[in-house]
Amino acid sequence: MASKRSYTRRDALRVISGASALSLIPGWAWAQTKLTVGVIYVGPRDDYGYNQAQAQAAAALKKLPGIKVVEQEKVPETTDVQKTMASMIEQDGATLLFPTSFGYFDPHMLKMAEKYPKVRFAHCGGMWTEGKHPKNTGSYFGYIDECQYLNGIVAAHVSKSKKIGFIAAKPIPQVLRNCNAFLMGARSVDPKITCQLIVTGDWSLPVKEAEAVNSMVDQGVDVITCHVDSPKVVVETAEKRGIYSCGYHANQAALAPKGYLTGAEWNWLTVYQQHVKDALSGAPFKNFVRGGLKEGFVKMSAYGKAVPDAAKKKADATKAAMLKGDYVIFKGPLKDNTGKEVIAAGAALKQTDPVLEQMNYLVEGVVGKV
Amino acid sequence: MTDLGWWGVPLGVLGGALRVSTPFLFVSLGECITEKSGRINLGLEGIMVMGAMAGYAVSLASGNPWLGVLAAGFAGLALGLLHGLICNLARVNDIAVGIGLMLFGTGFAFFLGKPYIQPKAPNLPAFSLGGWSELPQVQAALQVSPLLLIGIALAFALAWALCNTRWGLVLRMVGDSSDAARAMGYNVNLVRTLATAAGGLLAGVGGSFLSLYYPGSWTEGLSSGQGLMAVALVIFARWNPVYCFYAALMFGGAGSLGPALQSVGITSGYYLYNAAPYVLTLAIMLATCSPTRTLAGAPGELSIVR
Amino acid sequence: MNGPSTGRGPLGPAAEALLIPVGALVAAMLLFGLFIAMLGQDPLAVYGLIWQGGFASAFSWQNTLSRAAPLILTALCVAIPAQAGLMVIGSEGALALGGLAAAVTGHLLGEASPAGVKLAMAGAGMLAGGLWILLAGALRQYRGVNETISSLLLTYIAAALFNHLVEGPLRDPASLNKPSTDPIGTANMIGSIPGMDVHWGLIFGVAACVLAYLLVRHTTWGFALRVVGGNARAARLAGLPVGALVLGACFFGGAASGLAGMVEVAAVHGSANASLMAGYGYAGILVAFIARQNPLAIVPVAVLLGGISASGGMLQRRLDLPDATVLVLQGMAFLLILASETLYGRMRLFRGAEAGA
Repeated sequence: MASKRSYTRRDALRVISGASALSLIPGWAWAQTKLTVGVIYVGPRDDYGYNQAQAQAAAALKKLPGIKVVEQEKVPETTDVQKTMASMIEQDGATLLFPTSFGYFDPHMLKMAEKYPKVRFAHCGGMWTEGKHPKNTGSYFGYIDECQYLNGIVAAHVSKSKKIGFIAAKPIPQVLRNCNAFLMGARSVDPKITCQLIVTGDWSLPVKEAEAVNSMVDQGVDVITCHVDSPKVVVETAEKRGIYSCGYHANQAALAPKGYLTGAEWNWLTVYQQHVKDALSGAPFKNFVRGGLKEGFVKMSAYGKAVPDAAKKKADATKAAMLKGDYVIFKGPLKDNTGKEVIAAGAALKQTDPVLEQMNYLVEGVVGKV
Repeated sequence: MTDLGWWGVPLGVLGGALRVSTPFLFVSLGECITEKSGRINLGLEGIMVMGAMAGYAVSLASGNPWLGVLAAGFAGLALGLLHGLICNLARVNDIAVGIGLMLFGTGFAFFLGKPYIQPKAPNLPAFSLGGWSELPQVQAALQVSPLLLIGIALAFALAWALCNTRWGLVLRMVGDSSDAARAMGYNVNLVRTLATAAGGLLAGVGGSFLSLYYPGSWTEGLSSGQGLMAVALVIFARWNPVYCFYAALMFGGAGSLGPALQSVGITSGYYLYNAAPYVLTLAIMLATCSPTRTLAGAPGELSIVR
Repeated sequence: MNGPSTGRGPLGPAAEALLIPVGALVAAMLLFGLFIAMLGQDPLAVYGLIWQGGFASAFSWQNTLSRAAPLILTALCVAIPAQAGLMVIGSEGALALGGLAAAVTGHLLGEASPAGVKLAMAGAGMLAGGLWILLAGALRQYRGVNETISSLLLTYIAAALFNHLVEGPLRDPASLNKPSTDPIGTANMIGSIPGMDVHWGLIFGVAACVLAYLLVRHTTWGFALRVVGGNARAARLAGLPVGALVLGACFFGGAASGLAGMVEVAAVHGSANASLMAGYGYAGILVAFIARQNPLAIVPVAVLLGGISASGGMLQRRLDLPDATVLVLQGMAFLLILASETLYGRMRLFRGAEAGA
């Protein structure tokens, strides 16, 4: 939480009379502010999930000297977000923006970038393409499937039924890639494991998510992870039903002291700091930023009590290989769950390969349909 | 664990019905009381969200989830009273006030609820009706909340009271013909206000079930329209509290149909499954309504049946 | 209420229609200020920021107007059927399906002359939205199904259909992480009003309101519609085609919402996706009721609501108040304005008691 600024009546009156927005903002030490950063969230910023991961980085930025952070939450992907970006620029003087929801990119952010060419727009999750998108825009994202792969390794060690589960909001590439990596990690331990996929239909549907966990448990699934905006309900329901869970987006260990194994977390501060540094020094904007464990964009939650040593050993070894940067998750021959070959034998798709960001299949062993 | 295969679907729907139906049950009983008095409250959604938040906050602060339920009831009562009092004013439209209340209730709950998203409040206990079965799935499906049992008892008690007690008769008379009630010397507005407040109380308790039992935590996306659906549900149930219980079970079960089907491999069209209760309600209304007469059981003063 | 028995007050009904809601609004602002003060914030600072965020500069006016634009059209979806005595609350569904129809039309016609494509898109959007609400009207007219409930149910059904189609059969495979229909193409976008950062939806909305006003107040059709709204049985006895009037009103209302969907697609998103369902339909219901179902009053009410929404960002960024702050203010304002409805015709200031009661 930001320190509370104190207001006097005179300040308020100045606001009311406010002719120029910038110069009259009370309590704002503009002389010392070298950079104003705007962060926009699509949901509540303490959701134990996607938005919280971004907000944690923003909170850390606030502690840096000379950096002013303005935030707005629950901004829908409509003209609302365009106006929010414009307001941060015009009314707060922001020159670096982090619109953090995928749907903000096209058309909203692109339109604002054209209008404000001097402002840097760093978007989370999009596919910035050279020549197609303006130079003052860019996208950052993390290879969190690496963490889901490690989740899978741990899950395979504790699963007795050899059935693990993945609860998804929508069958989109980012989600499918995570689900596939989760199962492939598990299958690297035991090739007989299958993964049940349930799609709830939207990013935040607590009752449906809880129902999905329950029906999976009834079918014998005993380790679960998810890709929804807030994994809180999934992890809590799994704990209530006495099965294991792997976290996503942020650390949910506190919600499931018994069953939380480990989790895939974002570490956005790495990205935020880089963009802030460049903006301060005037260095060129890095348009396409991607990274995994090695680059420190993602991280794993600490192992829970239930994780056996064998699992830790295997997961740590794989993680060490990923940290060196020579681990390939998606390599041929790889079949999807309809039997079609999706990666030819001998081919190895490195994490940086953009083809992976268009994934539209579920690998063999996932029970479900795109 | 035994592999249930396809039997998982009916079991999942049954378990889902028992888990998901309680808020539907409370909200629809509340709406039933309100509508029996001749008014409609479309704002139960906002009341429910407010109840969920208040219940969670009080459970966290006091460490006792039952105090949370009580607080949720009070919050609901207050908002219901507000609706009732505003609608007492001449020419004020109850449907519009309901929509305004929905906005106010959710906004207020979100505003005050920010500090409660992160902490973990104590939940209501569950008790098991499935001890007879060896199957853990059956045991899990038959875990029920005491609130569900209270709700069922309330449904039957209400059905009895509406027909057999003095206040039940007064309530129905006010709802059927305010002129008759006035001629008998009853204060129509007072009865309606109390009925709306009682409806709010039940909706608030229904909300506390969401935050304190299932799914069991406070988030801003907690309610997905259960309060709004109460209006349709009551019509579906023909203003009969016992039918409200059956309808709530059905709506609850329908909500878990999608996930249950996916878990046995039927994966397409989950949006359409999710809409099943709405289609069904519409179909039943279509089959039973008639342009020449009002619905059986409908309070005569109710704007939506005239 | 036994007022004095003779004479008119110093002010007429027009002033009444203005002063009562404004008075309620002021009361709501005071109540909200009290609430803010109880939380330890300075209400004057909050008022100042609301003014600054919503209305103080050309920039904030554009912010306000672009938020108001979709609400004007969705409010008409409530206000037009209301003239015939119907209470339709299904604008959200009509908007979604109108947007979807427009997006599909725009994509299918793709390369044809942009002017023609735009017209076709508007037509398709209005037709889809109109027919959807007409369905609610027909259910009421011919089956006796209450239109409030059926239009609510139809909204849920429309949302499910919309999501199913957008994420299934109609999905553009290239819309990776945000499932959308195929884009309508830049040439077919309708863009902003020249010189403003507000899209054409505002002009369409204002024009539609004026048109609806003229239609309802100055044509025979509109008169007949209001007779039906006043007393359907009397209208039938008078030989009015009640069914046709009711269905027509529903169609026009739905068409307005469908047009709002088309504008969202053609001016903002470029395709149909889940962002179309942003709650404009529900907000429109409130706008219509606050405007007392008067098509002309819808415009200022929508602007007011847009302005409060626009200032929400300011409150979040400057005072660290939660996003729900504006919802609380809107809720208070609406409840008080709705309650103030009871004052009409009762205050001596505006007219004598003979006109009231």
